[in-house]
Amino acid sequence: MTLAGIVRGIGLVGPGLRGWDASRDVLAGVAAFVPAATAVPAAEALPATERRRAGVAVKLALAAGLEAARAARCEPGECAAVFASSGGETENCHAICEALASEDRLISPTRFHNSVHNAPAGYWGIATGATQAADCIAAFDASATAGLLEALVRIADEPARAVLLLAYDCPYPDPLHALRPIPDAFAVAMVLAADGVGPRLQASMATGAPDAMAEARLDHLRRAIPAARLLPLLAALARGGAQTAALEYLDGTVLHVAAQA
Amino acid sequence: MTPVPITAFTVTSALGRGVPATLDAISQARTGLAPCRFETVDLDTFVGEVDGVDAVALPAALARFDCRNNRAAELGLAQDGFEEAVNAAARRHGPARVGVFIGTSTAGILAAELAYRRRDAASGALPPDFDYRHTHNTFSVAAYVRARLGLAGPCTAVSTACSSSAKAFASAARYMAAGLIDAAVVGGVDTLCLTTLYGFNSLDLLSREPCRPYDAQRDGISIGEAAAFFLLDRTAGAGSLALLGTGETSDAYHMSAPHPEGRGAREAMQSALAKAGIDAARVDYVNLHGTGTPSNDAAEDKAMHAVFPGGVACNSTKGFTGHTLGAAGAVEAAMCLIAMREGRVPASPGTRSVDASLRAHYETRGFRRPVDVAMSNSFGFGGTNCSLLFGRLP
Repeated sequence: MTLAGIVRGIGLVGPGLRGWDASRDVLAGVAAFVPAATAVPAAEALPATERRRAGVAVKLALAAGLEAARAARCEPGECAAVFASSGGETENCHAICEALASEDRLISPTRFHNSVHNAPAGYWGIATGATQAADCIAAFDASATAGLLEALVRIADEPARAVLLLAYDCPYPDPLHALRPIPDAFAVAMVLAADGVGPRLQASMATGAPDAMAEARLDHLRRAIPAARLLPLLAALARGGAQTAALEYLDGTVLHVAAQA
Repeated sequence: MTPVPITAFTVTSALGRGVPATLDAISQARTGLAPCRFETVDLDTFVGEVDGVDAVALPAALARFDCRNNRAAELGLAQDGFEEAVNAAARRHGPARVGVFIGTSTAGILAAELAYRRRDAASGALPPDFDYRHTHNTFSVAAYVRARLGLAGPCTAVSTACSSSAKAFASAARYMAAGLIDAAVVGGVDTLCLTTLYGFNSLDLLSREPCRPYDAQRDGISIGEAAAFFLLDRTAGAGSLALLGTGETSDAYHMSAPHPEGRGAREAMQSALAKAGIDAARVDYVNLHGTGTPSNDAAEDKAMHAVFPGGVACNSTKGFTGHTLGAAGAVEAAMCLIAMREGRVPASPGTRSVDASLRAHYETRGFRRPVDVAMSNSFGFGGTNCSLLFGRLP
């Protein structure tokens, strides 16, 4: 069973990876990777009140999502959206657990509504006016790959509507960081559609090992951050031409993606 | 969309374990809500707690998943012959052709809440017996169900707050239509935890009495917990229960308040009807989101009036179970299927005097009537909306 989609635009925020255009040569292996802490952009698209309340996951999703929509020259509000993240708004989760373990157990209403896994989808809607369906899913380390699968399934279901995939993960502070050591914030976004201009993807489930990144430090990111599990696909798209990428899914399975520029 | 057959289902909530216990409570209009005695919670509220969750043992091989939420999942899977039905489907199609789609809002966060009370005094570290991946993480319950049932197909946790398990149906239906799988286990599992109890309290949304959806005196929700599961299988005979349509929208309005005109809710219902190719007049019963907060019920009522200008029998069953949050879509899907199978519109315990400013034909009492087509509404924080339409295969 093969799923298909055209990549109309890409957004990328990660350690040493500041946007898709600036990262293409690094991912294609023709420019050196220069590690740097992720610069999380401010959520400029949100009204002031919401901007103050937005956490790292919201900022990541907005930045990557808007970059992908701009590249695709599409109206973000017209796309269906798939949000994929392993742990959502991690710092907020830690703050709530800490408050609930304290004497008074008081948590703020904002912290509580930001704790839902779909908080970035809610803020995305407020920022862009998107009233289409928004999926918010999780599959631990396979979250981003599951997001890509979900997005391609959506295109098969409704070919007339473009789908925006937003995959992102943020680091937990300690003590959860010790148990889930995500090293830095990372987000990938893609506008996918049944037609239009861009590389064509054909994806199918397979067994086997996922592809690694040739650059060791990028491969470390791939293994440490669920959203970075999509890096082999980004590398394939950066190289251009006919390429393949095997992306880690669940229990020894991969999503095998053939890309044709 | 092509109707998706539902060949087995089960529901465990404050009303009891499995469909017969649930039906027994519904028939007697007996609520499952009781004053909150959960854990060390010191809030003046009612909850719909599932009896006996703490006594449930997971299979030894899956002990790393042990937490209240996965115990509730285990309890739910054991009812109504559900596990056996899934096993038969896995034999028929192959385990890799059966997907798992579980809606949850908080998964096993209670395990983390409790672990944070036992941090190492010197280092701040969490206790070594706390397993983040298999309890706290959002995916834990979906991974548990997949492992417990020995399935190997696609699997996701759907987490869109209170629409989670309704949207799990929509996702599963798409995977089946795309040909990736032949069957799917769809479910909703959410259990009591301090995050939601103290969180809704911080928003001043907890009622001090059993919730009263659509009542003139309604003043908030009662939180419940539940595990409900469905087997969707493309091989089913004529007359099988089926998912006919799904509608999913976003409010794009506010994080914790619904669009005041119920715009997203209206569009979700209209989309479900359109996808099913069914006229609103053919719907016999709507299980409302009906949380019992003043603004939620008022917004949903406007949406209902727009979609069903001629009126339709409707009510909320949250007065029975409480608001089971991420499990609500699944629990209330089960309520719709029970209504269809029994030919009975359920009552609405807690609702005494329907708000005269609301226009929906809200049924406070249960009564017998054929229910051929039923709709369930689930809406949530972040402005997420999902409506499901159920009926039978021709």
